[in-house]
Amino acid sequence: MIRSPLRALHRLLAPAAIAAVLAGGAVPAPAFAAGDAVAPKAVAWTFNGVFGRYDYPQLRRGLQVYNEVCAACHGLRLVAYRDLAAIGLSEAQIRTIAGDKEVAGEPDEEGEPTVRPAEPKDRFVDPFPNVQAAMASNNGAAPPDLSLIVKARGGAADYVYSLLTGYVSEAACKKQFKDSQGNPLVPAEGQYCNTYMSGHIIAMAPPLTEDGQVEYEEAGAPPASVDQMSKDVTAFLAWAAEPYMVERKRMGIKVMLFLLLFTGFMYAIYRQVKKDVKGSA
Amino acid sequence: MSTEAQGAPRNRTLKWIDDRMPIVSMTEHALYYPVPRNLNYLWNFGSLAGLSLIIMIVTGIVLSMHYTPHTDYAFDSVERIMRDVNYGWLIRYVHMNGGSMFFIVVYLHIFRGLYYGSFKTPRELLWWLGVVILFLMMATAFMGYVLPWGQMSFWAAKVITSMVGAVPLIGESLTELLWGGFTVDNPTLNRFYSLHYLLPFVILGVVVLHIWALHTVKANNPLGIDMKGPQDSIDFHPYYTTKDLFGTGVFLLVFAAFVFYAPNYLGHPDNYIQADPLKTPPHIVPEWYFLPYYTILRSFTDDWWLFQILLGWWGMEAKLAGVLAMAGAVAVLFVLPWLDTSRVRSAKFRPVYRVFFWLFVIDCLILGWIGAQPAEPPWTSIGQWATLWYFAHFLVILPLVSRVERPRPLPHSISQPVLGGGAAAAAAPMEASR
Repeated sequence: MIRSPLRALHRLLAPAAIAAVLAGGAVPAPAFAAGDAVAPKAVAWTFNGVFGRYDYPQLRRGLQVYNEVCAACHGLRLVAYRDLAAIGLSEAQIRTIAGDKEVAGEPDEEGEPTVRPAEPKDRFVDPFPNVQAAMASNNGAAPPDLSLIVKARGGAADYVYSLLTGYVSEAACKKQFKDSQGNPLVPAEGQYCNTYMSGHIIAMAPPLTEDGQVEYEEAGAPPASVDQMSKDVTAFLAWAAEPYMVERKRMGIKVMLFLLLFTGFMYAIYRQVKKDVKGSA
Repeated sequence: MSTEAQGAPRNRTLKWIDDRMPIVSMTEHALYYPVPRNLNYLWNFGSLAGLSLIIMIVTGIVLSMHYTPHTDYAFDSVERIMRDVNYGWLIRYVHMNGGSMFFIVVYLHIFRGLYYGSFKTPRELLWWLGVVILFLMMATAFMGYVLPWGQMSFWAAKVITSMVGAVPLIGESLTELLWGGFTVDNPTLNRFYSLHYLLPFVILGVVVLHIWALHTVKANNPLGIDMKGPQDSIDFHPYYTTKDLFGTGVFLLVFAAFVFYAPNYLGHPDNYIQADPLKTPPHIVPEWYFLPYYTILRSFTDDWWLFQILLGWWGMEAKLAGVLAMAGAVAVLFVLPWLDTSRVRSAKFRPVYRVFFWLFVIDCLILGWIGAQPAEPPWTSIGQWATLWYFAHFLVILPLVSRVERPRPLPHSISQPVLGGGAAAAAAPMEASR
């Protein structure tokens, strides 16, 4: 009788807690009202769940897609070139990727500004020198930096992948979607229609349009279909947003096991102590 | 039991110290002080709140060693912690989720107090100190959320600080003082950082007072009747130390599940976008633990009939009414001991109050749910009815229920709850004897 509120609470919370633990990293963020947003496609990412791991060959393919396609407009300013060692790039490969870019160097003896090739210690160099330049080259809308894009969107990796593969033709757009006045939705000049974008209008042209657009370098790579490239680059961006995810989940297992033992022991000790006092606690 | 453990220490060195500063007998008091023998698991949340505060202070101090309180660097310095500081991701996720854990624990602690009448004589001061802690926690949490300088940080700061402007006459100057300028900017971030570091130690001080008051009046219990002698109590150690450690284990399991497997579940994705004063997010939402208050704030619109009847006719602004109601939602707890005048503490013996208690819990959940919805029909009017119920519960229902209700007979004592079935035993529900 005394403990009934707790039991009721337990009954309510237990299934939810178990579900949350089982689903692990795949727990979707709480849905925040987004009008007519379409739920993203659920992908079985290797990094989903309690035992989720990054697929490093996939991340390297994704890096290649980023470098050859996305990097033309999108920065990755929070990631350093040295970080790429974590996904299996050699120092020579890292130096090659970094060396293609230029960064501001120390002033020379005359005090004139200089530039030098980027080094592993540098962060990914932005494609545009400043926001104004980025806006000027992109119809007035600066392309967002991608370092945290997977964590900065509801639906996370599923959303980014869905967006990349969610473009529809103008004709289909008119048929499927309505604007705020309830009329068929027509993208304006320089705009595109995308199922998963909030409001279904996006300023980014479809970035991955044909199979084989990127020629995967690594042996054993799957065919570079649009779908595969989209998945690979999304996985890479998931890593870029959360490079310590694997370490986190691994440590989590140890911590949870320890805590289970600790809690079990404490329960046993408490029961033992309680035995001495009749009818208490 | 080992009541003889209390008193002066026998060891000569310890005695020498104790004669000059009774720190040894104080420790003994803390360990062996008498606690009702019938506490249930809901009494675990007090110690868990203390643990949460310590976790927050320790992780917060470490984070402050790496954080840069400047609008140009704050966001990047948090990301540097996540990427380049050794185990920085762990410390930051513990701190980030620790705030939520702290509020969960404290809310359960408060609802426990409401259910078992822990705010009633002689525990009014103890209860007040708890309400002060809640106010301080809310201020600390709000300012802490601003520090990462993400989109939600910035816009939450903007919305909440702008409320101060609703204060008559001095509102504008007060807002500028809070901002340190004419909008939320670098000076705002700097003073929030300073206060976010200061307030936890103020909370710690009030917690000491809270525990002092607790040890003076002793813990309430599920029966809500006073301890009448040693047969009703047991020593805190080892009975409740072991029980609290077991509770700690369960709590840390839940905490760790969030930190390691869903660290961003309770956060908002927009806070991973750097603050942009020129881009308003479509929906500005506070952290989950502020959602009920946010609903109360937003319920006061110019066209709400209740607002018009009560306040609007003499020219009060809806915005000011909302701000006052939001603060009043917590402040009403201060006067709770005089609103609920029933002489029986525990809801166990109050059949009518028990029903309204659970309705109140549901009402708080509804307020929280509406807080996450956009401010448009039908959410607005659901929120307004829930707001009305919230205040009606305290100001109308509780005073009425405590007058009308016929409580069930109380047991004779804690140690003999089964023997007290007769009405004769229920003579003195809240005796002053201590």
